[in-house]
Amino acid sequence: MTRQTSLIEQVGAVARRSAKGVLRQRALIIFPMLFPLILFAINGSSLSRVTELPGFPTHSYRAFLLAFPFVQGAMFVSISTGTSLARDVETGFLNRLALTPLRSEAMLFGQLGGAFVLGCVQAVVYLLVGIATGVDFVSGVGGVLVLLTLSLTISFAFASLGGLLALRLGTGEAIQGIFPLLFVTLFLSSATLPRNVIGTAWFREVATYNPVSYMVEGLRSLVIQGWNAQALELAFGLALALAAVSLALARPAMRSRLARA
Amino acid sequence: MRRFFSVTRAVAWRSIHNTIVNPAIIVPSIIFPLFFLVAFAGGLSRVSDIPNFHYAPGYTAFQFAFVFLQSAAFGGVFTGFAVARDFESGFARRLMLGAPRRSGIIAGYAVGAFLRWLVVAVIVTIAALIAGMHVDGNGIELSGLIGLGIGMNFTAALWAIGIAMFLRTEQAGPLIQMPVFVALFLAPVYVPLSLLTGWVHAVSSVNPITAVLEAGRGLLAGSPVKVALAFAALAGAAALLGVFSRRGLASAERAG
Repeated sequence: MTRQTSLIEQVGAVARRSAKGVLRQRALIIFPMLFPLILFAINGSSLSRVTELPGFPTHSYRAFLLAFPFVQGAMFVSISTGTSLARDVETGFLNRLALTPLRSEAMLFGQLGGAFVLGCVQAVVYLLVGIATGVDFVSGVGGVLVLLTLSLTISFAFASLGGLLALRLGTGEAIQGIFPLLFVTLFLSSATLPRNVIGTAWFREVATYNPVSYMVEGLRSLVIQGWNAQALELAFGLALALAAVSLALARPAMRSRLARA
Repeated sequence: MRRFFSVTRAVAWRSIHNTIVNPAIIVPSIIFPLFFLVAFAGGLSRVSDIPNFHYAPGYTAFQFAFVFLQSAAFGGVFTGFAVARDFESGFARRLMLGAPRRSGIIAGYAVGAFLRWLVVAVIVTIAALIAGMHVDGNGIELSGLIGLGIGMNFTAALWAIGIAMFLRTEQAGPLIQMPVFVALFLAPVYVPLSLLTGWVHAVSSVNPITAVLEAGRGLLAGSPVKVALAFAALAGAAALLGVFSRRGLASAERAG
């Protein structure tokens, strides 16, 4: 007689598989982590003179820009999660799982386990790079912990979006094709200049309506401002909303992918 | 020589045909430069207010020169992806069996890269003009800018084709594009070289792409600078990378 496994055990098993998959393929960790750091290093130096513009909120552009790799890294997490879930769809792994008693929720949440591992590694690396390059965290040690929590929340939100796209589109190629669109949302935000300093009116308008601006600003507030409750509420709220909507839409998609005859 | 040109023409035609029947191939190479133009010329326009920033035609033109040359470089890079895809699908091996002069394969892919980039260059230029770009250069100077773009496209294509032929897998994608991306961004992208500080200034000063970018901006503004140096840098890089891509082809031939 076999024991019926609980949902938590099922999630744990799928999460272990997902995390191992990420850790085994170093390219999945190194490239997504390196690319935002390269842009941070280059832009942090190239644009350092913009702190001389009237209204710029800090004298250190590197401190201002540190939020950028966190959010860009989270976007890479979404692609990596989406690609690995799409591979499971393409290779028929999900079809084989349909023959087991695994619940669709376990597959979905477990798959995000790999994203969580990747998000943790990235956040710690970006934080250490920030400290190593002389960025001063105005909100102190407590702020650093909140920054890591917010970064993981944002990574989880984008990973959920990646999972949803994988289940809807079903191919890794389609997920890769979505990446430029995610990248656009980051560049059309207040990631490189604060909204009050953006000169072009329509760009400022787009950045104001772009939710990514508020995720960036929430992270940034902990580095250059201290404790800004409104910025943090907006950042956490929007990240959690993105995760909730993505997961709500992904659940029925996963159920249909795991449809039992 | 006739056999060389017949192979070149056939490979270039196939490259163009693939682009026409599969828009997914050309769409990213159009979207990326447009997106950079919007993000940099639009979002960073206040950068031109930094003290001592002087560029007469304005910040949109300042960024257009970069985006134009970047689109040329990435036009070459995307060709490397096509070469890698051809090796993974087995087409490239069949092509090598059938080609009487195999160096024509490299030339064909390079010509394909150039023709695809022409489409992108026209679209990006129209977008910049719609965005209100001022052009102060005359016809000859603008021809010089186009010449720099062709040189950049050709050089990047040789690099990408070489890497793709050495590795023969689509997983070579990051290795094809990352060095080009980093080299481009280690030039004075957002502000003139004189306003850069720290390590980026030191690296930019010795980066050959800086000369190409400064020459491009000078030609667009009607006050040419470093034009001979820029063309010499591109010619030198193309000569080196021509040897590199030929070795890549030899490596692919040895692999069978």
